[in-house]
Amino acid sequence: MHGFANPTRFLKLARPLTPWLLGAGFLLTGGALAWGFAAAPAERLQGETVRILYVHVPAAWLGMAGWTAIAGASLAEIVWRHPLAAIAGRAAAVPGAFFAALCLATGSLWGRPAWGTWWEWDGRLTSMLVLLFLYLGYIALAGATAREDGSSRIPAIFGIVGVVNVPIIHFSVLWWSSIHQPPSISTGGSAMAAEFLVPLLVATFGFTLLFAAVVLMRMRALIAETQAEARLRRRARDAG
Amino acid sequence: MREMLDPWPFVWAAYALGIVGTLALVGWSWLAMRRAERRRDGERR
Repeated sequence: MHGFANPTRFLKLARPLTPWLLGAGFLLTGGALAWGFAAAPAERLQGETVRILYVHVPAAWLGMAGWTAIAGASLAEIVWRHPLAAIAGRAAAVPGAFFAALCLATGSLWGRPAWGTWWEWDGRLTSMLVLLFLYLGYIALAGATAREDGSSRIPAIFGIVGVVNVPIIHFSVLWWSSIHQPPSISTGGSAMAAEFLVPLLVATFGFTLLFAAVVLMRMRALIAETQAEARLRRRARDAG
Repeated sequence: MREMLDPWPFVWAAYALGIVGTLALVGWSWLAMRRAERRRDGERR
């Protein structure tokens, strides 16, 4: 991990990796969405609405994985004082918030024809909405801390505390009576037929590659901004 | 009894949100990265 603490070494890896992640991500996501939309079968009970699965489930996974990445980066920031950890946490926040919002929006679009309602204040939906608010809070806090030259440990503590919501989201459908179905995929296997499972896994992998590409691009942008500002300050100090 | 809704507008809307939103996120991140790296390289010179 500390091998990439040096931004130059990190950029040496991130620059060639970004277009590969983008290319593979677009290819897999595009293929899986076309498959899910046009070629995958309709489901016996849910009919055609099951096609929303191929957007909704990857979005839910990345909404939760994004915050888990923030918590991991926050831990690296606080425990090991890794120089790129704060940047990695900030870089994961915007795509994480986007996918949490996409999960809520597509869930709502699925809920209306499937359950007869756009929204229900049950455990799964409410905890996912709380995750979106946590993201917005983190983005505001980390941005303000960076602007005001504050300690990056403050958003890091927020990132670690907020991760408690991730298992709540996951287990909410088991802990409380929920309108949402229980998980179909677990470490023990899948309750889904292969004709639904395969395009779903491809879509999830493709979206994950795009998420990783966005995180790398945002890290590169944040590093470049920091370097440009440091250079400006040095120049101002030398002139003064 | 629940009304039977045509599922396709909901499916179309979900895919449109997913595709347009993801393209916007990737495009915006790419432009922000290019802008920041150009600014840094400009400062270097």
